[in-house]
Amino acid sequence: MRRLTANGVRIDDTFAEAFDMRATALTITADSIGWARQAVITMTGFATSVIGCGCEAAIDRELNPNETPDGRPGVRVLLFAVSTAELQKQLQNRVGQCVLTSPGSACYAGLETEEKLKLGDALRFFADGWQISKRFGDKHYWRLPVMDGEFVCEATTGLTKTAVGGGNLLIMGANSRTTLAAAEAAAKAIHAVRDAIMPFPGGIARSGSKVGSKYKGAKASTNEFYCPTLRGAVATALDPDISSVLEIVIDGLTPDAVGAAMRAGLKAIVRLGPKRGAVRVGAGNYGGKLGRHHFQLKEMLP
Amino acid sequence: MKPLVLTAREPSEQRLDLSPLVPHRLAGKTVAQIAAIELQTTRQRITVGDVFGLRMGDVNLLHIVNACDRFDGVGEAMSAGEIHVDGDVGQKAGRLMSGGLLVIHGDAGPWAGSGMTGGCVEISGSAGDRLGGSFVGETAGMRGGVIVVRGDAGERAGDHMRRGTILIEGAAGAYAGSRMIAGTLLVRGRAGPYPGYLMQRGTIVLGQACDLMSPTFVDCGVHDLVAMRLMAAFIREYSTKSAVLMGRPLRRMAGDMAVLGKGEIFSAIG
Repeated sequence: MRRLTANGVRIDDTFAEAFDMRATALTITADSIGWARQAVITMTGFATSVIGCGCEAAIDRELNPNETPDGRPGVRVLLFAVSTAELQKQLQNRVGQCVLTSPGSACYAGLETEEKLKLGDALRFFADGWQISKRFGDKHYWRLPVMDGEFVCEATTGLTKTAVGGGNLLIMGANSRTTLAAAEAAAKAIHAVRDAIMPFPGGIARSGSKVGSKYKGAKASTNEFYCPTLRGAVATALDPDISSVLEIVIDGLTPDAVGAAMRAGLKAIVRLGPKRGAVRVGAGNYGGKLGRHHFQLKEMLP
Repeated sequence: MKPLVLTAREPSEQRLDLSPLVPHRLAGKTVAQIAAIELQTTRQRITVGDVFGLRMGDVNLLHIVNACDRFDGVGEAMSAGEIHVDGDVGQKAGRLMSGGLLVIHGDAGPWAGSGMTGGCVEISGSAGDRLGGSFVGETAGMRGGVIVVRGDAGERAGDHMRRGTILIEGAAGAYAGSRMIAGTLLVRGRAGPYPGYLMQRGTIVLGQACDLMSPTFVDCGVHDLVAMRLMAAFIREYSTKSAVLMGRPLRRMAGDMAVLGKGEIFSAIG
């Protein structure tokens, strides 16, 4: 594979292959940013990969009181799934179990589109007949009496069918410490990009997977070509100077958001250089036959 | 946009029906055709040209100048555009309106905004009885949109309303929000006896404690609700003074328990 070099970091001449996904966004508020964050952290727990979690979800950004419908601090969260039905199910379960239950929370649409997913329209039944519908202008809210007062929830939220999932960067370093430093720098930079999330813990995945397994019933298994401890035993993708690999997976509401996120991440890795960070950056793909979005690393270089 | 201006020459002897003078019914008409529109409510034929001096302009922006309380049905069933009225109007102003803006720089008679489904009616003076209410034989009053009254309103404001928002910056007469099915009614000044009489659902906000509440409303305590913040944010656009009411904890009374009992009256405490 032909390679480019930027600030001493080797960049593979390859691309990240990404897929169309269904996505939605929510604005979740509370009396303090701490409790808004808590509701969202609970809601987006166990939402790292559609392989086993049903959806991929994470914080997009924190919102100032003047950016939220009720003037309280809030957090914008994005959710991605492979089908509208699954997204609806995940949305309803997660908001119902994690946001409705969180002290002082309220939940609003975070995306305005023609197509809608049920939010309060589905959760209102929790109120057992005591729910109150309020319409102000073109907004429709449900008020549900709960033990600390009322849970306010917008009736619907927007749905986009042109979201993109699976943008990624494979960050390869000389040891686990420097590799993690590069991945952290990339995750921090990507976090600042709007409309894009990194669903894995802290934005970083250490167990990149391949499709299928030697065992029946397993949909995915470890990607041994990128496992440094198997370097001598398999047809490795790693160079002799690489002892640790971490991956950042990116989902975005638009292809542009994913591209911007990958660009920001790559810039941060290159800036850190090979001594303190990664010696090489690659990206995962399936030969370009499965996903229609291809993000070429060489086009993303700073 | 240059407005179409209709200036009344002298007070009318008979009540006039101005309901034909709305943008969608004037669209495509010439000055002569507009001047020939009949407005009488008695056997004596009266046309627009007999009552008003006309200055042609865009029919989507109508100015009615020197209006008087014998002009009924101003902006009735309007669906878009703007009508500005200088002076008082009679009954049924903005009745059955579905969109657009009707501004009355004066007082309005009974049934202003009655049965409206959308748009906004703003009355700088006071409104008569049954503001946004249901008309004779109708099963519901206002079904959408916003009514703002800078002055006072008569009895039974919001009678039978189903949806929408009514903001009264002054006082309201007896039975405000009577028979409400749903919707929002705010009375910033003093409300007359028995607000929310027989209301099923819906929200009434009172800026001052009411002297005579129906005994079929039950006290649910004092609360500072997120829903009030959303209401305030919406109302602020129409009435800053009214939005201020929602910035503090309010007492919630549930009722009317004589009927369904899922309505609520919020009122200022202390």
